[in-house]
Amino acid sequence: MRELVILSGKGGTGKTSLAAAFAHLAQGKVLCDLDVDAPDLHLIAEPAVQRSGPFLSGHVAVIDPDLCKGCGACEGLCAFGAIAKQESIFTIDASRCEGCKVCVNRCPEEAIDFQERLCGSWYESETRFGPMVHALLDPGQENSGKLVTLLKAKARERARQLGLDLILSDGAPGIGCPVISSLAQATLALLVTEPTPSGLHDLERVESLCRHFRMPTAVLINKADLNPDYLSAIRSLCSTQGMPLVGQLPHDPAVVEAMVRGEAVTEGPATPFGDEVRHVWGSILHLLDTP
Amino acid sequence: MIVAVASGKGGTGKTTVSASLASVWKRPVMAVDMDVEEPNLHLFLRPTWASAESVHLAVPLLDEDRCRLCGACADFCQFKAISLLGKHLMLFPEMCHGCGGCLSVCPEGALRRGQRELGTVEVGITGEAIPCLTGRLRVGEAMSPPLMRTLLGKAWAQKELEARDMVIDAPPGVSCPAMTAVRGADVILLVTEPTPFGLHDLRLAWKAFRPLGIPMGVVINRAGLGDRNVQGFCEENVLPVLAEIPFSRDVAEHYARGGVLARLDAGMKERFEALAERLERMALEGVTHA
Repeated sequence: MRELVILSGKGGTGKTSLAAAFAHLAQGKVLCDLDVDAPDLHLIAEPAVQRSGPFLSGHVAVIDPDLCKGCGACEGLCAFGAIAKQESIFTIDASRCEGCKVCVNRCPEEAIDFQERLCGSWYESETRFGPMVHALLDPGQENSGKLVTLLKAKARERARQLGLDLILSDGAPGIGCPVISSLAQATLALLVTEPTPSGLHDLERVESLCRHFRMPTAVLINKADLNPDYLSAIRSLCSTQGMPLVGQLPHDPAVVEAMVRGEAVTEGPATPFGDEVRHVWGSILHLLDTP
Repeated sequence: MIVAVASGKGGTGKTTVSASLASVWKRPVMAVDMDVEEPNLHLFLRPTWASAESVHLAVPLLDEDRCRLCGACADFCQFKAISLLGKHLMLFPEMCHGCGGCLSVCPEGALRRGQRELGTVEVGITGEAIPCLTGRLRVGEAMSPPLMRTLLGKAWAQKELEARDMVIDAPPGVSCPAMTAVRGADVILLVTEPTPFGLHDLRLAWKAFRPLGIPMGVVINRAGLGDRNVQGFCEENVLPVLAEIPFSRDVAEHYARGGVLARLDAGMKERFEALAERLERMALEGVTHA
């Protein structure tokens, strides 16, 4: 089973637009949107949901106002600053509570309930590009890494059932919890960047992350004609770190125009940009098939 | 006052807007980069760094001679950071949230406080005497909120001491790191672009931040590109559009050179000065209504 994870470090470099194009071009795969915090791939893929379920993860502590005597023992114990006094009793801010159970355990009145936390929902769907697994984290929730792990397991299971051997995953920006989880068991991380100060800086950070976890990487430079100096800096980073460069795409309004139509940039009549993306996809397939 | 510049979608121009706001701000101001996974604000404000300090999380350390393998700590830990495997107690410090629960339940006193490095907090100052604070998550570290809390604490202390306003560059998304960055702000400025992705993620951010009861306004970046649906959404939900930045190749190239957008030309400077004034008015009104 091969899995391509598309990352960028910096947001807005074109990850999802390119993921949608690869989804259109790739044969025999399961699509997976691992940007569970702000997913966008479904806006192009238009999934018809077939199965869905709640994503329960961890717990949240809740003080029973009838039992709380207002002693305040819990407040000083909370490492997350989630407990505050409101009038004569204490309450817990669920968005700060990390579910550690310390307050539950130490409350002399046993006034704190420890409830399972609903963090979001997962979906298994069909799209015009094939099967898709996706999710939505509820606003302000944590444990996005666990939701990513859950989606990856579902995508693998779906691929096995259908006899498919490729998973195409659109990842989250950044280098934190969800991104680290998205690297597990992947074959190749495609790093989409742009020739700007932030593009280069964030590429360096996500490259170090992949190196830290021994994940093979390849680089795609989008909006490559924006700045020649940063373009050459990115190209030299690729050669020093031994990252294959799978292509350079121009800054082209065709990308947004396709998005507004709800299409992948390679759908519809042939365009020069679309042709370049096809060429890039060929190079990626070659890398995926080269052990 | 504190302005948090946020967005659901990444790459809409948060850093561009944060750097520009800080550079046109009338009163003493400081800039705080809370996107600790990918901090970029310093690339535009270019501060001279004065200090960098490591930030740690308290994680358990085991004294094997004292441990009686009772497993109370492993049973208690909600984060699978401790596991009793046969006759070995295994610690997984990278899973630890630093709650201290294991130390408090150990009957033998066999656990003590150790440390895991989360990253660094760097402090500097720009040529225009704007203090800059940046958090930088250690590569491989998964948890950004505790580093962000330390960064915010430091920023608050300096803000109070020097009576400054604060511009916060928040991380993208709407989960715990983004919430950590915007909580406590007087105004949240949502930066978006007029595309389907921009609208979708603006809606997510608006829904996520609305319960905080903080006034929100919108900046539409790359205006003229895409469609008109973001404007429609803002009108429907009485979400004021405080500024529009037109889509242009000049703006994109200026950004690609590391330029602060408010310094591109006189028109752009006025645009951001007007934005700063509207934000101040919103913050004042927000306080009066509370």
